Amino acid sequence: MLQQLKSGGCSVQELYTLCLNRVQMIKSLNAYITLTNKISQVQLEESAQRYMKGIPRPMEGIPIAVKDNFCTKNTKTTCASKMLENFIPTYNATVVQRLLDSGAILMGKTNMDEFGMGSGTTESIFGPTRNIWGSHLIQEVNSNSEEAFSTPPDDFYISGGSSGGSAVAVASGSCTVALGSDTGGSVRNPASYCGVVGFKPSYGSLSRYGLIPLVNSMDVPGILARTVGDCRSTFDIIKGWDPKDSTTLQRPLNKSKLKKTSSKLSKLCVGIPKEFYCPELSSEVSEAWRDVADLLENCGFRVVQVSLPHTSYSIACYSVLNPCEVASNMARYDGLRYGYRATGKNLNSTESLYAATRSQALNQIVRGRILAGNYFLLKENYDKYFVQALKLRRLIYEDYVKLWSTGVDLLLTPVTLSDAPLFSEFNQKDSRAQSADQDYCTQPANMAGIPALSLPVRLSKRNLPLSIQLMAPHFDDETLLDVAELLEKELNFPQPTVKEA
Amino acid sequence: MIFNVRTSGLHSLLLWKLKGKLCFWPSTCGLREIFTFNSALGKPQEKWKDWFSVVGLEVHAQIKTSSKLFSGSANKFASPANSLVSLFDCAIPGTLPVLNKHSVEAALLTALALNCNINLISEFDRKHYFYADMPAGYQITQQRIPLAVDGHLDFAVFSPAVHKTPYKKQSKIKQLQLEQDSGKSLHEESMFGSLIDLNRAGVGLMELVFEPDLKDGEEAVACISELVRILEVLGTCDCKMEEGSLRVDANVSVHKAGDHFGTRTEIKNLNSLRALSRSIDYEISRQIDVLENGGKITNETRGYDPQLKTTLSMRDKEEKQDYRYMPEPNLLPLNLLKLKLNPSDFRARIPVLPEQQRRLLMNKYQLSLETTIQLVNGGNIGYFEEVMGALPDLPVKKVCSLLLTDMLGLLHKDEKTIQQCPVHPHQFAEVVELVKNKTITHAASQNLLSILYHGDKRNPKQVVEEEGWAMINDSKKLEAICQQILSANPKAVASFRAGKTKVFKSLSAHLKKECNDKYDMGEATQTLRRLLEERVE
Repeated sequence: MLQQLKSGGCSVQELYTLCLNRVQMIKSLNAYITLTNKISQVQLEESAQRYMKGIPRPMEGIPIAVKDNFCTKNTKTTCASKMLENFIPTYNATVVQRLLDSGAILMGKTNMDEFGMGSGTTESIFGPTRNIWGSHLIQEVNSNSEEAFSTPPDDFYISGGSSGGSAVAVASGSCTVALGSDTGGSVRNPASYCGVVGFKPSYGSLSRYGLIPLVNSMDVPGILARTVGDCRSTFDIIKGWDPKDSTTLQRPLNKSKLKKTSSKLSKLCVGIPKEFYCPELSSEVSEAWRDVADLLENCGFRVVQVSLPHTSYSIACYSVLNPCEVASNMARYDGLRYGYRATGKNLNSTESLYAATRSQALNQIVRGRILAGNYFLLKENYDKYFVQALKLRRLIYEDYVKLWSTGVDLLLTPVTLSDAPLFSEFNQKDSRAQSADQDYCTQPANMAGIPALSLPVRLSKRNLPLSIQLMAPHFDDETLLDVAELLEKELNFPQPTVKEA
Repeated sequence: MIFNVRTSGLHSLLLWKLKGKLCFWPSTCGLREIFTFNSALGKPQEKWKDWFSVVGLEVHAQIKTSSKLFSGSANKFASPANSLVSLFDCAIPGTLPVLNKHSVEAALLTALALNCNINLISEFDRKHYFYADMPAGYQITQQRIPLAVDGHLDFAVFSPAVHKTPYKKQSKIKQLQLEQDSGKSLHEESMFGSLIDLNRAGVGLMELVFEPDLKDGEEAVACISELVRILEVLGTCDCKMEEGSLRVDANVSVHKAGDHFGTRTEIKNLNSLRALSRSIDYEISRQIDVLENGGKITNETRGYDPQLKTTLSMRDKEEKQDYRYMPEPNLLPLNLLKLKLNPSDFRARIPVLPEQQRRLLMNKYQLSLETTIQLVNGGNIGYFEEVMGALPDLPVKKVCSLLLTDMLGLLHKDEKTIQQCPVHPHQFAEVVELVKNKTITHAASQNLLSILYHGDKRNPKQVVEEEGWAMINDSKKLEAICQQILSANPKAVASFRAGKTKVFKSLSAHLKKECNDKYDMGEATQTLRRLLEERVE
């Protein structure tokens, strides 16, 4: 897209208008919480000026969307919660600032699960985000299936989550790139269901400053785009050390191991971890996985079966660590300085004000995790739960370290266990069970802090995207992107076509 | 009370109703008022006869840095409310802590001066509790692996009002940790709510946890006074207790000989040495009273009311606080070597500390512990050294007595410190030299100091000449004066010779008057006594 803008094949105004129309067309999918038309108009003018003067910045005129848990100056940042429904930050998150500084145009803030707690974008105070696939908005696409599937009335396919709004925004073409955040799979999961590329970079490669935290030690800003190339361009703009985030890496990332000559290519080794064949894995995903493995082999990679023995403990470990950090991070929402504040005659003590504010403005899942987290952190429970979970996390992390040391360069796994479920199916399970299903394949990468990417492969029988996940050693993001780009070319995943009104 | 942080959705007024909470406003008390043993309790020692009291201190010292521990906001006392508040300080979502290296340097220097073992890698933890002036709902502190552990502080206990002679004491330091200060809540009875000022929120603190090695208020005051001197010499804390830059909590318990330590109570936020001393002694006395009357001590937090001179229970600990500590995930472990902070470099930067200074003085001048304490602890050491250096071979005892008794007496009357002394150390030295050379008497030197102190511009020698204060070294004349006194007081002389030696006092008073500060009083008194006793034989 950037190439087209630069070559003059398409003007910034044309691109912007196209995206703005798409935003209007997909309103029923509920991908956006806040539209930033006023801001984007100003940005658009500057971009047009710069193209005219011949001084475009690296992302000049590229329409972007940002998940509503990244702080945006003078624009509401709600985390899809009543608590922050009217919260307007005075600053931009570092990754947002870097995008704006390089000329990107902000279309709006996207929907999510409240504070990122969920895996379907079904737990937002603004209502769920619907998947564009299987919706009335999509045109017939080339499918390898003969059967016709139609979505039952009053139901829809979930977008995945918690960055579902960003995934739908990108899939529908309402923006070129979107930011999401990934703590247990929140970028890769909706990317997988919506048929876009979802990239969770290495922990420490992107600044978290301005990202309203879920689990600080696992949160990573993520990038959703239609192509690996767009992911890479965006990543190049936003990556790198930030003095405002002490956990960012001060040195550059590792150089790519993939040399584009076929002789060197053959030396890269892709591992297929057997623990990811779980009983719940659908046959379609399983087939896609096997086919991509074959494809890689045909491309000259060495494909081997490997083992990551502690994989199945990841979810249990996560269900302790996540609530602990959540309990801590949520403690600031007391209604005193910003955010929702309860009112009432009976609120005659600080404690009662806090209690009323928090129970009125945080949903049940959030409150449940706060309760669990505080329980795990109690003095008498700390060793039993929190310390044990940390040990487990260390074991999971070491699984990966050991594996890389045996010469494996990349891992190929499923992202999700199936294509996108219907809302009705998804909603039958409680939040914990949802997380156990949805995060099974994505969670370990967050535990280990390694880069991972969801890449669309093909459509399922139901005409829904099927995706595959690539993982690489910590800070080998470049290798990961190179291999993903190579696969992308081979797979040639169909882009959805939105019905024109 | 409006926030300067312009975040919409941020409530401009931080007012809300609060359950009636006790709140103590300590009297302002300067460091001069050190010796404040609680006389209100009568003779405490007698009442405490069978009891042993145990006191452990916790000190929060604000680190003297221009900005806060984890944010760039300025650290300044008495600024307009909420004018020094960054986004991080008021816990705006998405903000992250960034460690201030200067705070670490100050804490490291302090830890080394307090003989601590340094943890080259320490860690930060979150301590959770809800309080209106704690914006994030947790405090970032160092609970598990603090910056430094196992130190000790040596000090001398000496309050002439209590003990005639000083003694040495040591309090062990369990740990020294870095942590954030909280904001301030202002609870006004007359208002419908509370006010919050977050200027102090996030200011760097060194928390020093002392072992329970002390026994009463006097020792606590001596310990903290010594700590203050050390921090002032290091320049790592300005130690203004009245402004809250140094705050002390005291854990107090009592037990009988042979028993285990009793249940302790904690007295919070003592903002003056007077309050520290009095509250501890009051608390010891209270606990003994309770136990002697068959009561029980409950583990609770108490506050000190300087008006009532009592400690009062602050909050019921029925609901036991569990701080739910958790490692702070947004900060890397504090690795000193990685930050290029090598403890051995810092060790070399430690200046001469008070204890070392006292020892040096004792060795160099053969002074008593008592005198060195007065010189060092009173902050008079600089002046003393200048005097000693001004002229060769000055009699050190004379210098000390003129400085610590006469000069300090004059200064004290005007509520001035030695730093404000109008008499130049060189002038002072000249006065001492005049005494040393027997040019003037000790009494005349006192007059001379006084005249110089009050602004006489002449040099000391000149004053002596012009005022005719020179000492008369003539034993014949002295004997004549004594004879004259004896003849003028025949009754007294008779009584003395009859064995009532007490009358010597009145006779020597006459003598002093007659000598008019021009004769050596030692010699004069001897002469008088000799004459009195001679006639008896």
